[in-house]
Amino acid sequence: MGWLDVFRNNDKKSSAQTAKERLQVVVAHRRTGGGDHPAYFPQLQQDLLAVLRKYVQVGDDAVQMEIEREGDLEVLELNITLPEDAKH
Amino acid sequence: MAKIIVVTSGKGGVGKTTTAASFAAGLAMRGHKTVVIDFDVGLRNLDLIMGCERRVVFDFINVISGEANLKQALIRDKRHDNLYILAASQTRDKDALNQEGVERTLNKLAEDFEYIICDSPAGIEAGAIMAMYYADEALVVTNPEVSSVRDSDRVLGMLSSKTKRAVEGGEPIKEHLVVTRYAPSRVGKGEMLSLEDVNDILGIPLLGVIPESEKVLNASNSGMPVAMEDNADAGQAYLDMVARFLGENRPMRFTQPKKKFLDRLMGR
Repeated sequence: MGWLDVFRNNDKKSSAQTAKERLQVVVAHRRTGGGDHPAYFPQLQQDLLAVLRKYVQVGDDAVQMEIEREGDLEVLELNITLPEDAKH
Repeated sequence: MAKIIVVTSGKGGVGKTTTAASFAAGLAMRGHKTVVIDFDVGLRNLDLIMGCERRVVFDFINVISGEANLKQALIRDKRHDNLYILAASQTRDKDALNQEGVERTLNKLAEDFEYIICDSPAGIEAGAIMAMYYADEALVVTNPEVSSVRDSDRVLGMLSSKTKRAVEGGEPIKEHLVVTRYAPSRVGKGEMLSLEDVNDILGIPLLGVIPESEKVLNASNSGMPVAMEDNADAGQAYLDMVARFLGENRPMRFTQPKKKFLDRLMGR
């Protein structure tokens, strides 16, 4: 950085920075949901885990979710595995 | 044991064939017996980049269909004895590549060569899958540009799900990032994704950076892989990349903007 930078507008985000942020979103989306799932999937999964953990101790993979498509119908399939020692 | 390396990218025009040609040339120049195969059936171009287009008599499809044997179809490079080319067919389409035939050909080549470089077609259809299917390692060629990076990510997904190693549950394919057409001065101005950015997003180890260079077009005009060109920045970068691939430690060159006279004067 030289003293001339004083005259430059440093508030504006560079286009490369914008590109990086946009790419991080699309890449993260593909990697978590296989690209096929709605964008809210990872967050929903996290929220469900948080609710579950109020009542039982479960691992990170306790909530499995799938979207089933049958004609016009979309079914959200939830599969929650409880640990053995959670039974009463 | 021969190593099969696919050069892939998803997006077209990012420098797959240029990279495949120079990578193969670099390995041959280092004394390794290498063959480079054009998997882009119907749109063959590797022969032009390698400068052997007038010597193609039989091609990969002829070998697969049994119309010619490998000896007849392999073209030996006139500059380096260790380097061979197997051209794609110009007249057929990608359906002519069948898995069984590709496997048979690769197995036969593996008896004779140290490195088998597969130059993938663009896209993510059958031809591209075929090129990566038997690979042990992959060079993922990426431009520092949004569509290329996204397509490379898509290709990484396919490398880990659609290849032989993925399907049969073997050791995963070793992936290498190759950033091409890199313009350090534009990165400096915040106009282009930096190496670190691309690396962060894709998350695979960086093998080489090839600068945007007029030497690449000059080299392809004359049918010479740019790695064989003396004093070409891009060629030097490819040779560095080959050295790294062979286990040497080489710093990344051509990643800083050339300093202008005025900048030096002002201490920038």
